[in-house]
Amino acid sequence: MSEFLQQLINGLSLGAIYALIALGYTMVYGVLRFINFAHSDVFMVGAFIGYYVGRHLPEGTVWGGLIAMAAAMAGCAVLGIGIERLVYRPLRSGPTLNVLITAIGMSLFLEYSGQLVFGATPRAFPSIFPAKLIEVHGLIVSMNQVIVIVVAAVLMVALEFAVFKTKIGTAMRAVALNPKAAQLVGINIDVVISFTFGLGSALAGAGGVLYALNYPSIDPLMGLVPGLKAFVAAVLGGVGNIPGAALGALILGMVETFVDGSRWSTYKDAIAFATLIGILLFRPAGLLGRFTAEKV
Amino acid sequence: MLRLSRTLTSIAAAAALSASAEDSIRIGEYACLTGKEASLGMSSHQGTVLAVDHVNEAGGVLGRRLELITEDTQSKPGESSTSVRKLIARDHVVAVLGEVASSRSLEAAPICQAAEIPMISPGSTNPKVTETGDYIFRVCFIDPFQGPVMARFALNRLKARRIAIFSSSTSAYSVGLAKFFKQAFIDGGGEVVAEPRYAEGDKDFKGQLTAIRAAGVDAVFSPGYYNEGALIVKQARELGITVPVFGGDSWEAQSLIDLGGAAVEGAYLCSHYSPDDPSARVQDFVAAYRRRYGGDTPDSNASLGYDSVLVLADAIRRAGSTEHRALRDAIASTRDFDAVTGRITINEKRDASKNAVIIQVRNGRFQFVESVSP
Repeated sequence: MSEFLQQLINGLSLGAIYALIALGYTMVYGVLRFINFAHSDVFMVGAFIGYYVGRHLPEGTVWGGLIAMAAAMAGCAVLGIGIERLVYRPLRSGPTLNVLITAIGMSLFLEYSGQLVFGATPRAFPSIFPAKLIEVHGLIVSMNQVIVIVVAAVLMVALEFAVFKTKIGTAMRAVALNPKAAQLVGINIDVVISFTFGLGSALAGAGGVLYALNYPSIDPLMGLVPGLKAFVAAVLGGVGNIPGAALGALILGMVETFVDGSRWSTYKDAIAFATLIGILLFRPAGLLGRFTAEKV
Repeated sequence: MLRLSRTLTSIAAAAALSASAEDSIRIGEYACLTGKEASLGMSSHQGTVLAVDHVNEAGGVLGRRLELITEDTQSKPGESSTSVRKLIARDHVVAVLGEVASSRSLEAAPICQAAEIPMISPGSTNPKVTETGDYIFRVCFIDPFQGPVMARFALNRLKARRIAIFSSSTSAYSVGLAKFFKQAFIDGGGEVVAEPRYAEGDKDFKGQLTAIRAAGVDAVFSPGYYNEGALIVKQARELGITVPVFGGDSWEAQSLIDLGGAAVEGAYLCSHYSPDDPSARVQDFVAAYRRRYGGDTPDSNASLGYDSVLVLADAIRRAGSTEHRALRDAIASTRDFDAVTGRITINEKRDASKNAVIIQVRNGRFQFVESVSP
């Protein structure tokens, strides 16, 4: 029983990180109908910003950790907005495929510039938050896991609030529904899209710091695997759907953790992805996605 | 256009001239200087460079200088074969040195064998590496020796009876070492109660470690590389696993301590030599290495890289030429060669038979525990 609960906590903290990355994928897709492959590398940059800022802060304090995270979020938001402004916007009127290929190019650009700037050797991430173990009836939760889960939950609630309760959120949803009509009623699409990229990238930045906190070895290619998993999570939940991305990420984190803990651990990714295929067979639009037939 | 072609001709002529004038012996090296296992690759590379300099300072080999040409494999699959092809076809090296990781040595070995260019691996311990063919050698011990050494260590010194083996399913080194350890541990009366696997590049091990914790073990053996090793020990401690966690020779990298911090304190691992060895051979090497690399203490891979050059230089000297068949036979007949990591004798399987050393992380440093002979 305690093993089961422990795995539940492990899965929850892994899923929470996937969720933060998945939200960025899903938001951009929801608004622009395009998959931003460079997102996982913005996540990596977030971890490195956290690393450089964290080194100048005293280790193991809550405010220090929050400063490092805020810096990573701000830096990533600027990076995300910059990428959109310089790279994606000039191509927006062209075929979607062009932007998609450009996104892959952007991803490779960030990865290999990262190798040049940061070096390819993994670095040890400072423990910026207080490291403590909390033990309840043989159940052990590390402070980092608590922070990951709490921060992810807070950010997701904040995101839900921003999208549904604020003016810019309403504008975002309007652009997602119909960009041309949104423009006609006076919404500045450019601002909305910049905002979407900024918000999604800030979440990726927070995800990068939280990931690095839990798995303190960071390198320029660290975004690849979690980025792929988060993308899968977004599809699993119904791409374009915010609660869906969170749900998909949670399921993926749980499946991975439980398979790891079983004797089929060699087949972790195979089983995780087979689950994805299984779910998509029965719900082609993802768990919470709505399936709309395209009219020709 | 005419000017351009004239320039090209003169460049080609200059190149031909320098090639004939140049009388150095070219040695190729492929190593993971960047990427995941860069700590191991850089160590072995630095040792190699130092050895080439030492040989050249002492007058070279057969009156000629050694010239080292290095290719970076970036710790990636696929890069080793490209690197080695480049070294052989473009640079016309007489022999190839590398790699540390068994998976990458296994990739390059068939190419060296087909081209009949001798290859000496400094640190690949998987037995399959030299089974590739009669041109493939190594200067380190192999996993069928290392596995039982660690198994006996677990049984006798750690007094472990129930053990978990946590290995990587995607590295030839880890799979092989896990197998040889398991066999010896069971033969010695122990019991392997859990055998979870991870994949290279994984960062989250809590799923497997929770299962290990539930199985109730006396110790955890994790053959694999230092990156994953550091995270495994760290997460094991976070889950309240307090039993000893120990690894193989690929944990020996400063990065293990940097990444693992306080969690890896007390961890045991296998090694090829100890810089604390009082013999003059070792102390001279340690002093020279420290002078050259800003005070860094050489680890096993640095010393193995160093030895790979010395064994090759000695073989070229004895062969009296760099003709590949003569060179192969000379390397194969290396007997009792006095190297930094011990006396090297190349056996009929083209492996070096030598002592293993057990070390422990104490006060943020690798420290000597005991030496085990074959």
